[in-house]
Amino acid sequence: MELALDLARIQFAATAIFHFMFVPMSIGIGLIMALTETRYYRTKDPKLEGAARMWVKILAAVFTVGVVSGLAMEFAFGANWAEYSRFVGSIFGAPLAAEALLAFFMESVFLGILIFGRNKVSRKFYLVSAWLTFLGSAFSALWILIANSWMQTPAGAYVDANGVARLNDLLAAAFNPSLGARYFHTVLAVMVVGAFIAMAISAYYMLKKKHPEFAISTMKMGAVVGAIATCFLLVSAHSSAVVVAEEQPTKFALMNGMYETGPADLHLIGIVDEANRDTLALSIPGGASFLASGSFDTSYKGINDLEKDPQFNALNADALSVNLVFQSYHLMVALFGLIALIVILAIIFSFRGGKITEKKWLQRILVFSPIAPMLAIQSGWMTAEYGRQPWTVYPSVTGPENVHMLTERAVSGVVTDWEIIITLALFTVIYLFIFLAMLRVVFGFIKQGPVVSAADGGSAEAVAAVKAAQADAGSSSVKEGE
Amino acid sequence: MMDLVLLPPDFTLLQIVWFWVIALLIGGYFVLDGFDLGAGALYPFIAKNEKEKAILRRSIGPVWDGNEVWLITAGGALFAAFPFAYATSFSGFYLAIMLVLFALIVRAVALEFRGRDKKFKKTWDILFFLGSGLPALLLGVAAGNILQGVGIAANGDYIRGIPVLDLLTPFPLLCGVLGLLLFLAQGSTWLALKAPKGSALQKRASKLSTPFQAGALLVFGLATAAWFLLVDQASSLVVVCIIIVVVFVLALVASILQRKNDLVAFVAQSASVLVLPFLWAASQFPNLINSTNGNPITIANGASNELTLFFMLLIACVGVPILLFYHFLIYRAFRGRIKDEDLTY
Repeated sequence: MELALDLARIQFAATAIFHFMFVPMSIGIGLIMALTETRYYRTKDPKLEGAARMWVKILAAVFTVGVVSGLAMEFAFGANWAEYSRFVGSIFGAPLAAEALLAFFMESVFLGILIFGRNKVSRKFYLVSAWLTFLGSAFSALWILIANSWMQTPAGAYVDANGVARLNDLLAAAFNPSLGARYFHTVLAVMVVGAFIAMAISAYYMLKKKHPEFAISTMKMGAVVGAIATCFLLVSAHSSAVVVAEEQPTKFALMNGMYETGPADLHLIGIVDEANRDTLALSIPGGASFLASGSFDTSYKGINDLEKDPQFNALNADALSVNLVFQSYHLMVALFGLIALIVILAIIFSFRGGKITEKKWLQRILVFSPIAPMLAIQSGWMTAEYGRQPWTVYPSVTGPENVHMLTERAVSGVVTDWEIIITLALFTVIYLFIFLAMLRVVFGFIKQGPVVSAADGGSAEAVAAVKAAQADAGSSSVKEGE
Repeated sequence: MMDLVLLPPDFTLLQIVWFWVIALLIGGYFVLDGFDLGAGALYPFIAKNEKEKAILRRSIGPVWDGNEVWLITAGGALFAAFPFAYATSFSGFYLAIMLVLFALIVRAVALEFRGRDKKFKKTWDILFFLGSGLPALLLGVAAGNILQGVGIAANGDYIRGIPVLDLLTPFPLLCGVLGLLLFLAQGSTWLALKAPKGSALQKRASKLSTPFQAGALLVFGLATAAWFLLVDQASSLVVVCIIIVVVFVLALVASILQRKNDLVAFVAQSASVLVLPFLWAASQFPNLINSTNGNPITIANGASNELTLFFMLLIACVGVPILLFYHFLIYRAFRGRIKDEDLTY
């Protein structure tokens, strides 16, 4: 039983991490794609057709992996977490069904039109499809965040005579206390991912001295989207942290490595000494209290007291890794700093007369820059999900009585260790294979570049424009598509 | 009169509505993903060269993703409306469910990457075939097992024997073969409809559909016999079952007899696949999962509370017309047979 629980958790974590590499890329690239399609629609510049086509191709490759890895998540609840599904189905199942019905059909259908329909539907319909694909994916995220936020801060529910959680207030459950902050935090973060991928591809072309027009205009687009998203991200990050401080005291204590009750320090870098229940860190005293409450003196409960608190006494800090929560949270914050710095550099050098084309050092940084937001997103989710332990449905401060569940109670009773080991092995092999294939395919698109060829179904004007550009540049580096 | 039959005192109207809505979602999934899974299962046999392969992939390329969302919706609806049935079936059929999942994963990726990744096209072809064929077979096996009934413990868990092997008994296997044949028929009538008129591929597809459909009729007869001989589960809606059986047989026969109009043949074939989940549902109503030890999961003991069912129904009333409209848009945009210029996109 113990082993099955650990295996089920590892499997869920692994499949969720994998899924959440592709979701941010899909939504983020979706925005860049829709913006590029809009420019192409308005200017009718045949050179932009290649750019638009490249973004659609990349989006399609990433999106497919996102869809199928998402199917794995939906199956996982019933398969590995049957007790959880029985307990919360009447509340948690609803947003999943609504996501499929209201958002998923929208993205899937219109993505089909994007991939195959450029020569089949009117330009206007095509542009609308581009935006509906992006909006559909952002709307999907809303439903999933409703479901996940409800696990963090349950609301609008009660536990019936059979010990099953039941819905009694739809709006309260949907707009639970952490939804707003967490949704905007997530959506803004994935926009940063899209922006950084756009900048990375542009920087790659600058280094290779290819597609100069595309490179500079896409760099600017990425920098602007990145700058806007990063600014708002600061606001949403702050409100997310405030909700955690108010609703999830054990998570707040774990994030800050705080064993003793008192004002919470703001740590910049540090390490939790779990054996001695202490945290060694470079910190601003009371800083976290100030950020969460506006006062340096606000006292928050530490892990030692929370373990004795009747509401939270299931917490046993010795049974989980405080360091993991602490470090992933601080890694996310540190990466945010790096992201902000990169965005500032990109903005400065993209808009001051386009000097970025001469700054090789910046181009080199930018090529690898998407790693920063991707890692920040993963460590943020690690903080959110691992920091919620040992509960799967968290007994939040304003949550309804008894509507909470320990992770160890949530796992399926009938699934054997061996079955999870077999499927875990299969997930590993298949996901690794898919991941490598996806990289190959996407890098292939990037190498091929924002160009069109007749073989690719490009329009005559666009093909002619590419030929003209090639002749102008006098370079042979711009190759036609396969 | 009908009210008395359909609304036994133990069940609420909403529970009954959701039971049939889920049957409808599964029916929609069988019709739509049925033709693309079927086409995928036929892929290595029916498409003889690169161009025919490209035509086959292109015929399902724009729509498979939306088709698969029907499965996600059915799963989500089952989770929300009947969490106990969702939990029992997904955990109880663990390895089989995971096998379907892995198949659907590799298949989707194979279909999407095949045209873009020339170096590994053989690998992608094999994965596309396996990933299409396995679910086509296993979905029927799963339905057969639920219909035949499983042992259900007091806590709602499925009492299991040997993983996977305990699912492979005669009646479910017949259901699996029936499902596979129907999906193959669905795929071949679809290809007959979409391949260029008069092309070798189109003729092959058109010829193939008849043996699949005739085989499906035969296996359906065998499965029905097995149902009476081997499965001890009484149905409460006998009249409804008979009506559905008649519709199913008539639709299949109509599709077999229709030699000229590929669209009519496909629609009739689809109708037979659409009604099958309703036969499944009517045979076991009001049980969601039949039980061999007198402990079934019903629409009452498996359901969410009324408020959830009510709001879900509101969402469905908004969502279903919209999704039908989306389907109208995409199938209209890609209507007609595949032309050479469609192969570049």
